[in-house]
Amino acid sequence: MWTWFHKLASPPHFYRMAGLLRPWFFWPAVILTVIGTYGGLVLAPPDYQMGDGFRIIYVHVPSAYLSTTIYGLMAVAAAVGLIWRIKLAHAVAASAAPIGASFTALALGTGMLWGKPMWGAYWAWDPRLTSELILLFIYFGYMSLRASFEDVNKADRASAVLAIVGVINLPIIHYSVIWWSSLHQGPSIKKLDAPSITGDMLWPLLIMILAFTLFFAAILLYRVKAEVLDREQNSRWVRDLVSGEV
Amino acid sequence: MTGGSIFWAVIQRELQIAFQRLGDLVSPLMFYVLVTALFPLALSPKREVLQNLAPAVLWIAALLALLLSMNALFRTDVEDGSMEQLVIGPHSLPLIMLAKTVAHWLVSGLPLVLLAPLLAVTYYLPAEGVRALCLTLLIGTPTLSLLGSIGAALTAGIRQSGALLALLVMPLMLPVLMYGARGTDLAAQGETISGPLYLLGAFMVLSLTLVPLASAAAIRVSLD
Repeated sequence: MWTWFHKLASPPHFYRMAGLLRPWFFWPAVILTVIGTYGGLVLAPPDYQMGDGFRIIYVHVPSAYLSTTIYGLMAVAAAVGLIWRIKLAHAVAASAAPIGASFTALALGTGMLWGKPMWGAYWAWDPRLTSELILLFIYFGYMSLRASFEDVNKADRASAVLAIVGVINLPIIHYSVIWWSSLHQGPSIKKLDAPSITGDMLWPLLIMILAFTLFFAAILLYRVKAEVLDREQNSRWVRDLVSGEV
Repeated sequence: MTGGSIFWAVIQRELQIAFQRLGDLVSPLMFYVLVTALFPLALSPKREVLQNLAPAVLWIAALLALLLSMNALFRTDVEDGSMEQLVIGPHSLPLIMLAKTVAHWLVSGLPLVLLAPLLAVTYYLPAEGVRALCLTLLIGTPTLSLLGSIGAALTAGIRQSGALLALLVMPLMLPVLMYGARGTDLAAQGETISGPLYLLGAFMVLSLTLVPLASAAAIRVSLD
């Protein structure tokens, strides 16, 4: 078992594995996205309160789900890299951050588009929107900290510390924002009471969540491959690889 | 030296250094006064406007003043090599980092807390609100200093790190700011604030126990 683990952590082996695995994530993601989009936009009935406006959840919910899941994955990878000094884990954390930030931005953007017809404003200081915005800034902080070190090793370890601090803080920030808004007196924008979702609305959503997750895995493998090549550019196997292909 | 005596020795050293550079000591206070003076000038000197604004302005300005003073927290120690001596020494690094942060709070955080009631009076904050402001700042600013020390340790080796430090630690500081300002506001309206105070206390205890470990790990990265 451990030999398998060590083999996986070796860059050339991982590079080959990632190349082999990527299509197995990418193509199912494409097929499921098509099915989920058709189910969500055509087959699912319009909502009795929100009409067709609710259909944005088929993009919004998977991105919001991924925005936090990717942060968790990034922090775990960073911790593994920091504790066992596995460079590949650092490469995974570094590659996951921009993808996570993109999904966070997508969740925010679709949330705002949904908010305009439903709440009458693109932006409201709704607890969930606010904590999603803070998550975006934490991603930005992580990426700028990485960018400000020239030495990759130093950037890896410094950003790993930050990622771990962030993962402890994120729940605190999230619940703080929720409790804070409950301190507000007087009327504020109330979220429409979400009617429990019916089966025909639910299955496309689940398929979309799966599709987005597979898509994330495919993009992550692609980015980690590039990151590994960049980090190992002076090593022999990369030179062999390049001279073999050219 | 035992753990306790290294703690006090570091605090003593930091305080001695701080009092030799009075300029560094005073500038966050000047900044605090200036920023709070900008609002009545830019917005309106009317009593009711300022009263509503006071908790938010006094808290945000305190946070910014503290952030400003955090920038050079470990830089001089890293540059003159004394930090390296502390790291390779036999003492627990988290304890040393905690001592440095406590000393920093004593010279930059505590004066802000003491100055705040004076500024609050110029904002016509009622007496209840002034008391709550002092209390929340007293419990909240140590947490801010601790959180800032992680960022300062991470960026100790980077030049021109002011904006980066703010980007790194401001999101982490948000809960403290929200409950501090909100608690002050509630008290000014005559309500009880035990909820926000307990939460601020919990944040402080949590960061007292965990942050020194993180900033010790961060300073090790900055040193090599």
